[in-house]
Amino acid sequence: MKSNFAHRMILALLVALCLSLSVPMMAQEAPKSPDTIKVGILHSLSGTMAISETTLKDVLLMLIAEQNQKGGLLGKQLEAVVVDPASDWPMFAEKARDLLTRDKVAVVFGCWTSVSRKSVLPVFEELNGLLFYPVQYEGQESSKNVIYTGAAPNQQAIPAVDYLLGEGVKRFVLVGTDYVFPRTANKIVEAYLLKNGVAQEDIITYYTPFSHSDWQSIVADIKRIGGSGRKTAVISTINGDANVPFYKELAAQNISASSIPVMAFSVGEEELSGVDSKPLVGHLAAWNYFQSVDKPENSEFIVKWKEYIKDPKRVTNDPMEASYIGFNLWVKAVEKAKTTDVDAVLKALVGLSTPNLTGGVAKVLPNHHLTKPVLIGEIEDNGQFQVVWSTEGEVEGDAWSDFLPESADLISDWTPPINCGNYNEKTKTCLGAEKPAEEKK
Amino acid sequence: MRVIDRSFGIFTLAMAIPTFTIIGGSWGSDPLVSPFTVGLLGKYLCYAILALSIDLVWGYMGVLSLGHGAFFALGGYAFGMYLMRQIGGQGVYGDAVLPDFMVFIGWETLPWHWRGSEMFPVALGLVILAPGALALIFGWTAFRSRVSGVYFSIMSQALTYALMLAFYLNNLGFGGNNGFTDFKTILGVDVRSTFMVAALFGVSALLLWLAVLAARFLVASRLGLAMVAIRDNEERARFAGYKVENVKVAVFTFSAILAGLGGALYAPQAGIINPSVFAPVFSIEMVVCVALGGRGTMYGAILGAFLVSFAKSRLSTAAPDLWPFFLGALFILVTIFGQGGVLRWLKSLVGLFKSSRSSGAKGGYDPA
Amino acid sequence: MRSLARLINVFLSLSLFFGLVLGSLGLLGELKAARSDDSPVDPPMVTTGEASTAEGAITEVVSNPESPMESPMESPTELSPAVLESLASSKVADRDVAIQALGRDDSDLAGVLLEGLLKGRLYLDRPSGALYLGETSNLALTWPNNGPLKPANPRKVAVNNRQRETIESLLGTRSLRDPDPKVRRAVSRALIGAPLTNSSLIQEFLSQETDAETKDNLKIILALGTLKDPNQNPAAKLTAINDLSGLYAPAATDDLKALAQGSDPSLATAAAQALRRLEAKAQHLALAETIFFGLSLGSVLVLIAIGLAITFGVMGVINMAHGEMAMLGAYTVWGLQTLWPQSPGLALIMALPAAFLVSGLVGGAIEMTIIRPLYQRPLETLLATFGLSLILQQAVRKGVSSMNVAVVTPAFMSGQWRLTANLSVTQGRVLIFFFCLLVFALVYLVLRKTRLGLEIRAVTQNRGMARALGVPSRRVDTLTFALGSGVAGVSGVALSQLTNVGPNLGQDYIVDSFMVVVFGGVGNLWGTLVGGLIIGLANKFLEPINGAMLAKITIMVGVILFIQRNPLGLFPQRGRVASF
Repeated sequence: MKSNFAHRMILALLVALCLSLSVPMMAQEAPKSPDTIKVGILHSLSGTMAISETTLKDVLLMLIAEQNQKGGLLGKQLEAVVVDPASDWPMFAEKARDLLTRDKVAVVFGCWTSVSRKSVLPVFEELNGLLFYPVQYEGQESSKNVIYTGAAPNQQAIPAVDYLLGEGVKRFVLVGTDYVFPRTANKIVEAYLLKNGVAQEDIITYYTPFSHSDWQSIVADIKRIGGSGRKTAVISTINGDANVPFYKELAAQNISASSIPVMAFSVGEEELSGVDSKPLVGHLAAWNYFQSVDKPENSEFIVKWKEYIKDPKRVTNDPMEASYIGFNLWVKAVEKAKTTDVDAVLKALVGLSTPNLTGGVAKVLPNHHLTKPVLIGEIEDNGQFQVVWSTEGEVEGDAWSDFLPESADLISDWTPPINCGNYNEKTKTCLGAEKPAEEKK
Repeated sequence: MRVIDRSFGIFTLAMAIPTFTIIGGSWGSDPLVSPFTVGLLGKYLCYAILALSIDLVWGYMGVLSLGHGAFFALGGYAFGMYLMRQIGGQGVYGDAVLPDFMVFIGWETLPWHWRGSEMFPVALGLVILAPGALALIFGWTAFRSRVSGVYFSIMSQALTYALMLAFYLNNLGFGGNNGFTDFKTILGVDVRSTFMVAALFGVSALLLWLAVLAARFLVASRLGLAMVAIRDNEERARFAGYKVENVKVAVFTFSAILAGLGGALYAPQAGIINPSVFAPVFSIEMVVCVALGGRGTMYGAILGAFLVSFAKSRLSTAAPDLWPFFLGALFILVTIFGQGGVLRWLKSLVGLFKSSRSSGAKGGYDPA
Repeated sequence: MRSLARLINVFLSLSLFFGLVLGSLGLLGELKAARSDDSPVDPPMVTTGEASTAEGAITEVVSNPESPMESPMESPTELSPAVLESLASSKVADRDVAIQALGRDDSDLAGVLLEGLLKGRLYLDRPSGALYLGETSNLALTWPNNGPLKPANPRKVAVNNRQRETIESLLGTRSLRDPDPKVRRAVSRALIGAPLTNSSLIQEFLSQETDAETKDNLKIILALGTLKDPNQNPAAKLTAINDLSGLYAPAATDDLKALAQGSDPSLATAAAQALRRLEAKAQHLALAETIFFGLSLGSVLVLIAIGLAITFGVMGVINMAHGEMAMLGAYTVWGLQTLWPQSPGLALIMALPAAFLVSGLVGGAIEMTIIRPLYQRPLETLLATFGLSLILQQAVRKGVSSMNVAVVTPAFMSGQWRLTANLSVTQGRVLIFFFCLLVFALVYLVLRKTRLGLEIRAVTQNRGMARALGVPSRRVDTLTFALGSGVAGVSGVALSQLTNVGPNLGQDYIVDSFMVVVFGGVGNLWGTLVGGLIIGLANKFLEPINGAMLAKITIMVGVILFIQRNPLGLFPQRGRVASF
């Protein structure tokens, strides 16, 4: 075995490196600074979801900096604690626990995918934390410790289907990535379509793996189905990565929006910034916010964002608005409760409202969802959406879908006397009532 | 090699002292060690078990499996089924039998492969059987037709990749991408209680210790000699009359069961088991742990697993933007400069201070 | 030293060759596309020459050389104030009225306005009520003649999808008057399945039409109209079904199905018969399509795997950062397109040699620093390169953006080629298929016919002997690795046209490409080609049967089982690899 001096020095250095890595681990408590209120940011900055989540981290940092400039909150400065759960679901739970126990954050803004939320949910419930979840999701859930600032299915899917039915579409192809959001959204859409007189054989469903990149067969099928006479539309719940190859294939096979429009639930301005949108003009998306909405508060937000990120080409999107609303709601609730104590803040939150960026108001409902407007936009050649339809006012988020048999009787209400996330209105019971939370009392 | 020698004594002490300290320190209203840290260390112990199982086949038998995460995950899923059944009526839909995700995909009765999963002994049996059977079948077909070296590595990677895709399927009945979460009780005890957290940690530590002991027995036995013979020259071992295939299959299966047990303990401590554990990247990362600690040493694998997990946990909080750079650089540097891994450096570092009285490698594996 | 110079020379000339050959191939494609009858006229309407792809034949057709855009507004005719008012309205229904009114108007101005509406280029100036065409920065006064040249407050007149469909149909019907039979053919083809706006007009065109295909198309359009119309009597519908016999009209499927289950017995039998004919033909077409899709998917897999077949197959290095080399290639396209936003096509073609150089140089550097110390421990290259791939991904995230970047698909890569009247294939995919064959041929030639190839093979087979004979084995190693990485970079250029260009690009393909190489037989280029195509075809044939998810799993399991039986793959080869 060779053992010259240089070799040994390298070894010594590496060992020193390893040791220095493990030293912070030994430190039990992060240094406490009592003059700040800590705000946890739990978004993936590496791994597959970094594509979407990094932006939300930046938005929150911007909002926190802005709040601090205004003098902070309750006379204290806000301090952002950014961690990277690296698109690794167990790591989300680990980091959540870390934020709540070690850093003792007052609130956490974070998560994107369903599985990351499911992963942290038990942690927030156990440690009584507060999570603001900013993404449109599948519903069928309501936690005491989570405020859902994205859309529930009835704030996205149902109005989108209504719009398509109004445009004379008779046949629906549901294409999605095989995971829980597309599965639920499609189930709800299917139940709703059947109720509205669309025949079962006119609802065709396709599921694909994550990051599916070869869409030739499915797009050819869509073309065939759409070309057999009846007016056809596609409802896409395709997840992030797989969208660009899907749209590229649509363009390559000459499917135009006027012949077979595609209504997407997960494609926004950021996703479009990764694709040449000229061939996609006219395809649709349903959201609660579009960058193109011409309202003063929105323009102000866009200007601030571009300035903060130092990139005049950066876009804004729906989850960013949801983060913005969530942050403002939390600030208001803390001001109202005059404390960052989670129970007090939660109590203050219900019924609280804040202006959204599209000229309306986001109000926290007793089921911890918000009121949101629903907008349908058509893709334009500059990667933006032109709003072609919108609901009259705001729609109230419904945690439990009325269109699915297993949840038709369920409601969620976190105000007394019900105080339950899954309350069966027929049997007047709170399901899973033997939850430890109740038991402890 | 003696099974119980000085190194094993040191290892036992190094395991026992912190374990008892941590378990002892996690009680009381203001515990010395927070439940968070206990849970985290418990998770690392599970990774260490997986790393050990990889080291057994790679370090001692020369078979590099890039799919050991699959056995780990199967163990986790098998135990996860038990955990899901224990939720009972506490699920959001309040169904006493079906887990939430089954109500959700519209199933009305429990599928056949979930029968009996509510019983703890059945769950334990499944934890051993599922990875064991898969390893037996895969190993048997692969080694019989002399798939070896890189081919075997790539095939095992394909195996775990295929399983990952399969477990993503919602219709398979394992919860699709969301997997299993929101566990409530084990044997009637709340998984989040201090007692259960400490117990799981203790069991993980015990299992790791037992695993090392068993692995040392294995390596010291005649089978162990055959393993090393195969590693050093497979053809020669075959000509010398060893049933190379049988040895490989046996050790591979044993290693897979070990990984499965690690996985079973991992699921309740991580609080979630989902198909991402099947992802090839996870398995590769574990192999990197083994290489980093020093392969063919057992203790090295354990050390490596701890170091990498520590580094990931701390760096992703301390430098959320930049930590992949550090981790990547660490992998590269260790592979190129650190032949034999951290354990060997520690040894030579000790040698540096003890002057050169004791030179030369004792046992173990010299990869050069 | 001379040999080093020679090797570098080979490397450079190879990359130049790539560029030239592929450039000419791309240009050829562009020319052909322009000539092929699916896009009969070069679209002059698309002012900046940008790709107009999915908008289909009609939009291209209406912008024929006679389009008034070329010769601006000589005689703008009257536009009733009512039409103007409904155009200016914010209500969708009002704009419907305006569109219908414009559709009834035969004047050139109406055509121009419809065209502008369709393309989102029509602006209304609220204060003056004048109409403008163009983009916000560059608006040309269209109506009235005496309106202000510079609009004070221009607003785009928005249309939605349904309105676009109507406008396309209206404009299409107008273009049936076009003297060029090719235009009429394309228009009539595109009008099939669109809402029938004016059947008597179509009837009139049909009686005057001379071109056979256009005639058929018009017949189909009329028959479809009859079948759809609930007011038509069974006799008329029967005639319509008979009219359709001998023609292939998939757009009639739904109506035929409805009729086949209808109450009128003679009509039902006729419809059922027509339906059977239709479905038989559709099945044949679907088969042809599936074969094409399979070959295309296979070619993509082969393209990514060729580089790996060199680094892994020939050298035995397990390069987990192979996908990242492809990613670098894809980012090269993005970089060049950002440099030359005016000519995305040229940038794409120039990206081929550039990506080869970039990835090749990075690959060479990797070999010299990371791989070289590890030749005695081939399995450990996996670990080091895995670390490298982490670093490269994060570097792109930090250096460029954590989001995907937009890569433009130039005109010659988009659109379709019509092989027969009813079978079209995607132009970009065809080009990528041939590109894959070309890359394969070039790599094969380099390995078989050049001095470098000879040296590579010599080092592979017996390093010691090769060195003894004066082969500079270290340089050969570096160049081999650089070649493999360079080819990976080139495959990234192709991928940029099909999928995301982002930090995760490499990860998505790494397992697949290892599978292809192992399945084909490590160390054998032919194996990679055949293996990749077989996997692609099998995947596409399985997909319609059991869905995309199960198809992929089945393929994986199939390959695993195959390797268990034939451990050395399809085409076993002995070499450095075979012995470990």
